[in-house]
Amino acid sequence: MAEVQGLVRVGRRGISVVSWIGGISILSSRFLYHLKDIPRSARVIFEQFNSIGVKSLPLIIVIAVFVGAVSAWQAAYQFKFIGAPLRYLGQAVGKAVIMELGPVLSALVFAGRVGAGITAELGTMKVTEQIDALDSMGISPNRYLMMPRVLACMLMVPLLVVFADFVAIMGGLVVSVVGVDVSTETYLNGLKSSFQLGDLVNGLIKAWVFGLIIGLVACFEGFRTQGGAEGVGTATTQSVVISMVLVLVFDFIFTVLLFRI
Amino acid sequence: MAESFIQLERLSKSFKQKQVLDGISLDIRRGESICIIGLSGSGKSVMLKHLMRLMDPDEGRILVDGQDIAELEGEDLVAMRRRFGMLFQGAALLDSMTVADNVGLGLTESRKYTDEQIEEIVISKLEMVGMVDSAEKLPSELSGGMRKRVGLARAIATDPEVMLYDEPTSGLDPVTSDVIDDLIVELNQKLHVTSVTVTHDMRSAFKIADRIVMLYGGHIEFDGSPEQIRNNTNPVVQQFIAGSARGPIRVA
Repeated sequence: MAEVQGLVRVGRRGISVVSWIGGISILSSRFLYHLKDIPRSARVIFEQFNSIGVKSLPLIIVIAVFVGAVSAWQAAYQFKFIGAPLRYLGQAVGKAVIMELGPVLSALVFAGRVGAGITAELGTMKVTEQIDALDSMGISPNRYLMMPRVLACMLMVPLLVVFADFVAIMGGLVVSVVGVDVSTETYLNGLKSSFQLGDLVNGLIKAWVFGLIIGLVACFEGFRTQGGAEGVGTATTQSVVISMVLVLVFDFIFTVLLFRI
Repeated sequence: MAESFIQLERLSKSFKQKQVLDGISLDIRRGESICIIGLSGSGKSVMLKHLMRLMDPDEGRILVDGQDIAELEGEDLVAMRRRFGMLFQGAALLDSMTVADNVGLGLTESRKYTDEQIEEIVISKLEMVGMVDSAEKLPSELSGGMRKRVGLARAIATDPEVMLYDEPTSGLDPVTSDVIDDLIVELNQKLHVTSVTVTHDMRSAFKIADRIVMLYGGHIEFDGSPEQIRNNTNPVVQQFIAGSARGPIRVA
């Protein structure tokens, strides 16, 4: 009997995963469909650019300073350990930040700040029937609420990553100069000698996909929220957890595809 | 007898294991004011939401002017919904917008009106519900009764043919409830709409309705005029309108 129940539970879980994937695929197609409404929704979209993008900037900058600083310190420590010359410090920090740390850490922070915010907002609107009210007025919640938010996530994450990359590299520079005794010139030369535009572009492509994932998951979880304040809490947690895991999974897939060994 | 306007045919809906509506058939005639009464959780609001396809039934269909609404898509669905106005239980005002923007939202998004026209309509609708002084307030600054009035103004902004009221007086004090009831009666007469009101407040049902339908156990237990329900001998109906704990109705 216990085996059967276990099997039933596995089956239910499987069904819910499949229906989740189905649901988010449908939402993605709605997103593409409503891109045609960008002109008429311009005002709402700009509001989202501001609340999702611009207002995330301070947090992203603070995170980036420390990410760069820690990278430089750790790299210097490892260099000392294996006896590598410190003139490669700029290169190590630059590569790590531009290819991985910038996009991934920004996306994770973004999922926590913006993804959670979107799910909580839409979830509250759902349980207080505001979503139904929009439908009842003949206004598509997908056009009016979802498309502007997903679009803003998709465009804002890469932009934030550009800032994060720059600030992190500067954070690394400060640590190198003050703490490790590497000159500004040496650090920047190391950075320049190894810089490849391709790395930056790959990082930004990742950021773009991460933004899309975070936006879609946040809206999807918000729209399917059920059952009052507790439901909103559950949906918000769910949204952040799922988008963080997906960001890391997709990061791995991209890394394997984009950087052939 | 007036022509039939909205027809529910063997409507069924269940949530998880619970059968909420079990083969409901109902004919709503043009111009009538119908009240749906029943216990909490008896599927009244669920039924109401089906009328403008905010929910889809598991089985059965709904015809509006003979058109099966399940077949409508895109612009046709939007056009059908615009014939309806709905007052939600908690008013469901968008809390990021002012009262005036809430009332004007349906008009703005339909893109058929100029800003001046919208302003004019918004003010006239707010006047009808006595809320014109609160036009620039946010919903969070309003009391429950005021929100309902704004919700009412928003619902009638697009001059719907059918008004759906979901528990218009729940959570309000008796005096405010009566004010809302008066407003509903007044609007129904002034705007010549067909109205469907979900309530468990018998006082307001008797005031608003010219026909009362009682839902019980997923089916229609009673369908008739307020006079008929008063004189009905069905113990379930009697217990409900008397509001008594003793009787055949079991509350889960």
